[in-house]
Amino acid sequence: MTRMMQNSAARRDLALGVIVVLLLASVTAAFPQFARPGNLAEILDDSAILILLALGQMLVILTRGIDLSIAANLALSGMLVALLNKHHPGLGMVPVLLIAVAAGTLLGAINGLLVWRLKLPPIVVTLGTMSVYRGLIYLLSGGTWVNDNQMSPQFLGFIRYELLGLTILSWLAIFAVAAFAVLMRYTVLGRNLYTAGGNPSAAAYTGIDPGRMQCIAFTICGAIAGLCGYLWVARFAVAYTDIALGFELQVIAACLIGGVAIAGGIGTVAGVVLGCLFIGVIRNALPLIGISPFWQMGINGLVIVVAAVLSVRRREDKRAILEAQTA
Amino acid sequence: MSTRKFKGLLRWESMLALVLVIEFVSFASLSPYFLDVWTLSDATFNFTERAVIALPLALLIIAGEIDISVAAIIALSSVAMGLAAAMGVQTSGLVAIGLSTGLAAGMVNGALVTLGRVPSIVATIGTMTLFRGVAYAVLGDRVLKEYPQAFSVFGQGYAVGALSIELTVLMVLAVVFGLFLHVTRWGRSIYALGANPIAAKWSGVPVDRYRFALFAVTGLCSGLAAVLLTSRLGSTRPSIAQGWELEIISMVILGGVSVWGGKGTIPGVLLAAVVLGLVNFGLGLLNVPGIVMSIIVGALLITVVAIPVIAERWWGRPATVGRKA
Amino acid sequence: MAAAIQQAPAQPILTLTQIKKSFGGAHALRDANLDLYPGQVTALIGENGAGKSTLVKILCGIHQPDGGELTLDGRSIRVRDPEHARQLGINVVHQECVVFDNLTVAENLFVGNRPKKGRFIAWREMRTRAAEILRQLDVSFSPDMPAGQLSVAQKHIVQIARALTSEARVLILDEPTAALSHREAEDLFRISRRLRDAGCALLFISHKFEEIFALADRYVVFRDGTSVGNGMIAGTGSEQLIRMMVGRSVEQLFPKLETTLGGELLRVENLSRAQEFEDISFSVREGETLGIYGLVGAGRTELAQCLFGLTAPDSGSIRVGGKAVSIADPADAVRHGLAYVPEDRQQQGAILPFSIAANVSLTNLHSLAPRGLCSRRRELELANQWIAALGIKATGPEQHVGDLSGGNQQKVVISKWLARAPRVLILDEPTKGIDVGAKSAVHAVTSAFAQRGNAVVMISSELPEILGMSDRILVMRRGRVRALLDKSEATAENVVQAATDA
Repeated sequence: MTRMMQNSAARRDLALGVIVVLLLASVTAAFPQFARPGNLAEILDDSAILILLALGQMLVILTRGIDLSIAANLALSGMLVALLNKHHPGLGMVPVLLIAVAAGTLLGAINGLLVWRLKLPPIVVTLGTMSVYRGLIYLLSGGTWVNDNQMSPQFLGFIRYELLGLTILSWLAIFAVAAFAVLMRYTVLGRNLYTAGGNPSAAAYTGIDPGRMQCIAFTICGAIAGLCGYLWVARFAVAYTDIALGFELQVIAACLIGGVAIAGGIGTVAGVVLGCLFIGVIRNALPLIGISPFWQMGINGLVIVVAAVLSVRRREDKRAILEAQTA
Repeated sequence: MSTRKFKGLLRWESMLALVLVIEFVSFASLSPYFLDVWTLSDATFNFTERAVIALPLALLIIAGEIDISVAAIIALSSVAMGLAAAMGVQTSGLVAIGLSTGLAAGMVNGALVTLGRVPSIVATIGTMTLFRGVAYAVLGDRVLKEYPQAFSVFGQGYAVGALSIELTVLMVLAVVFGLFLHVTRWGRSIYALGANPIAAKWSGVPVDRYRFALFAVTGLCSGLAAVLLTSRLGSTRPSIAQGWELEIISMVILGGVSVWGGKGTIPGVLLAAVVLGLVNFGLGLLNVPGIVMSIIVGALLITVVAIPVIAERWWGRPATVGRKA
Repeated sequence: MAAAIQQAPAQPILTLTQIKKSFGGAHALRDANLDLYPGQVTALIGENGAGKSTLVKILCGIHQPDGGELTLDGRSIRVRDPEHARQLGINVVHQECVVFDNLTVAENLFVGNRPKKGRFIAWREMRTRAAEILRQLDVSFSPDMPAGQLSVAQKHIVQIARALTSEARVLILDEPTAALSHREAEDLFRISRRLRDAGCALLFISHKFEEIFALADRYVVFRDGTSVGNGMIAGTGSEQLIRMMVGRSVEQLFPKLETTLGGELLRVENLSRAQEFEDISFSVREGETLGIYGLVGAGRTELAQCLFGLTAPDSGSIRVGGKAVSIADPADAVRHGLAYVPEDRQQQGAILPFSIAANVSLTNLHSLAPRGLCSRRRELELANQWIAALGIKATGPEQHVGDLSGGNQQKVVISKWLARAPRVLILDEPTKGIDVGAKSAVHAVTSAFAQRGNAVVMISSELPEILGMSDRILVMRRGRVRALLDKSEATAENVVQAATDA
């Protein structure tokens, strides 16, 4: 295949993979039960939602955008289906899933259209929609919670159902990873996302509209967030205004750790997954080591900063001979 | 700047002033207590601390950067002060600690951007997570409350009559920042830096020094806001000022500062701060929960940024140079 | 040297008739006419700003003409967008770098046109076809290489290769050899001739006469947005072409004043910077104008930027007024009396949304506001002073620089520096894209500046300008000095030869 290309991306992913494995190994050395298949399955289950969201966020960042509203989208969609389930417990899983995805898609499309049609900067747009969507949760729910006893057993049980030792939730994540891997490598849409993100003005010359690519990215990201809304609410068996508050930062952290460049055009599915596993392993290891889970955020922040500095350093080393002038 | 631009700004600030007047009139008619000087004084607390940060942040955004870690810096400074207070440090020491923590945090941001060459969005997303994370890691779910009595004067004290110390601090800062930006040559360089960083640098403006300084000052003012806020609340939680970054950025953008850099004024930002603060206060009076405010702020933010684009489409006025530099 | 004379075919494949295009108030094209014949190479000749790039953008669908008609195979067409152009068989190799650093070379060749197996991209086929094309072009890099690692010249070749991936009926080459070595250019011509012989209609835009005479069969000359002449290459010579391009004799354009040369003002010794330039030595005297000539990629701009403190040299020394100086940033350079008018006046030289006054004062804040406080009055006074001195056509000092014409914008940038009273003025392509009248005004200014006992270093790719305005000419090639000629011995031939010898 494209050996040399994969060299730089593959080298990065390989390095990250090695780090994750080392991390796993060192924790297991101190706590052998960590590497038990059951525990590993639990780590995967725990990281599944992060993986799904990070894949969506990857698309947005690839096209030179950023989606700060992803968690608010999740929460709003999740509350929507939770309320739906509370009032109509007989409604099967298919409508629930469809509505969650539809809601998320709509919310994501709003971001996409504002960025594409009005050319507004993604950071400002998603800061705005983030708070609008959060506020809407309150209006929708009247501030009340939906608790586990108000959710139908089917609603709760669907994701927990096990197949070959892994939950449906985990399988969803695995399926998404496979689907995205194919999308990004083998479809025109996937390649166009890379193209538009790598050089938007040149992309316009070749007939690709970078704004439209951004819109598509935001919409797909929204759709995933919508789905994760249901997944989150079912997994934690509760829905209220503040669920997943601040989670967008973990998602972005996972992407940055996974080697997705904020400048656009660079990032791999493998890298993103490894970034999520990195965070997931640490999160699950902390209680074992006796470090309070409150350290999670700080560690994430530190890793974002370090990853960002390293990624900039790497790109500046590759200066082509007599390269064109930049800032 | 030029007369054309001046007229443009006047239009924006006049609009804000008009909105302010409408707010006043509406609230006054809804509640007889509104026009009481003490009520008004209370109302100011809804924006003073945020506005203290909005001022340097406006300069930063005019210079073409952004800082979303400001609220996290408040948390970090507040935690530092709380821990020091618990160890018996007195008021003046606490203020020093709060300010220096903020300054140090700002310098970290500045270093990441100027030395690490990390884009400010990424850098401050990272530091936002880091600083807030440290606050959580250190405090967990505890609350720090052992502040000396004298410390409360900053947030709860009054300078003259109903004029609070917080408002006084804000007014002094507003004058300082306003003069700096609009009258001095350093302010002029900041506008140039934001409008065209390459041309500014190649005209001899030491752009990285300005950027670093602006991040540092923003951090310092966040520390100052932390002093005021902590002093007013009398306690520190790791979730202090959660979500404030959105409100502060909204104040700046609503105030007419362009997200692309190179445009904006201090009077505009101040007016926007008062407008938003009053909305917050008014909603509180009407017993509307705070989260509704976030819908308004979010929608306002998007609207404000969209207006110039839509105006350009309809009236075909030449657009602000859409930049990617 | 003369191109093979083809039998003139009956019908042109692509015709442009009376094309008009304006941007804002500026007319880029007023009355453009062009016929492209299959199996022939047509050279499009014209100065910068004559409308050639606009024409290319219209042909490939990026802009729509305001008036006039395009005809392909006798049918009137409208090229909707670049994709449509490609479908029509119109391919363009642009002057700008339209290459994606984050994709491989192979993928770059097939952007917008990727080979597929069903709904999925066929990577193996893509790679094989790419390798084949690259082999035909005889290049040294592999299709698997990330394009970001290529040099500027190599990226250009990728662009050319991209045009070869689909059936091209019309191929437009926009200044394609700007960054190519002699050998690479030869390869390009070899491929172009092969395409021509296969029936493709080529449009070759260049201002290098030796290439035009080597490759083209026909020519079309543009001036100020209008086609002013066309014919067969065999029946004309470069003097005739230049006259059509320029519309007036060369002397009028270059109002160089006589100056008395004084002592040495700037001396550069063995200046080197890795991957940019090596072992550069020259000096400039008071009253002297040193022209620096070279192709794109010769390292001239990099040299100027190093002198000005934007980058740091790896070795070598700089002396200003006899004193050795170390220049760490532009502020240092300015302090030592240097000034730099950059190549891109819109992105690098001026701040377009600002007024003339704001732009001019930017470099003069120290003197305008010594104690920090700006005075509007003094600022406007300064601006008015320079508007008068350089004849800037504007409604007043408050007018936005973005609203001015290219020539006037450049005058503002120059004013900004002259107001600082520098000793050495470095200009990088100062009259690129400026109309002829403003060009001579700019030259008059720089010449007067030199006459006052200062030094001018002028980087230019325009031969007439270099020959007309310089006291001495430094020719650079691939980062090194190839020749240093006095004006009495410099001719178009020896200057170009020094710049292009492999």
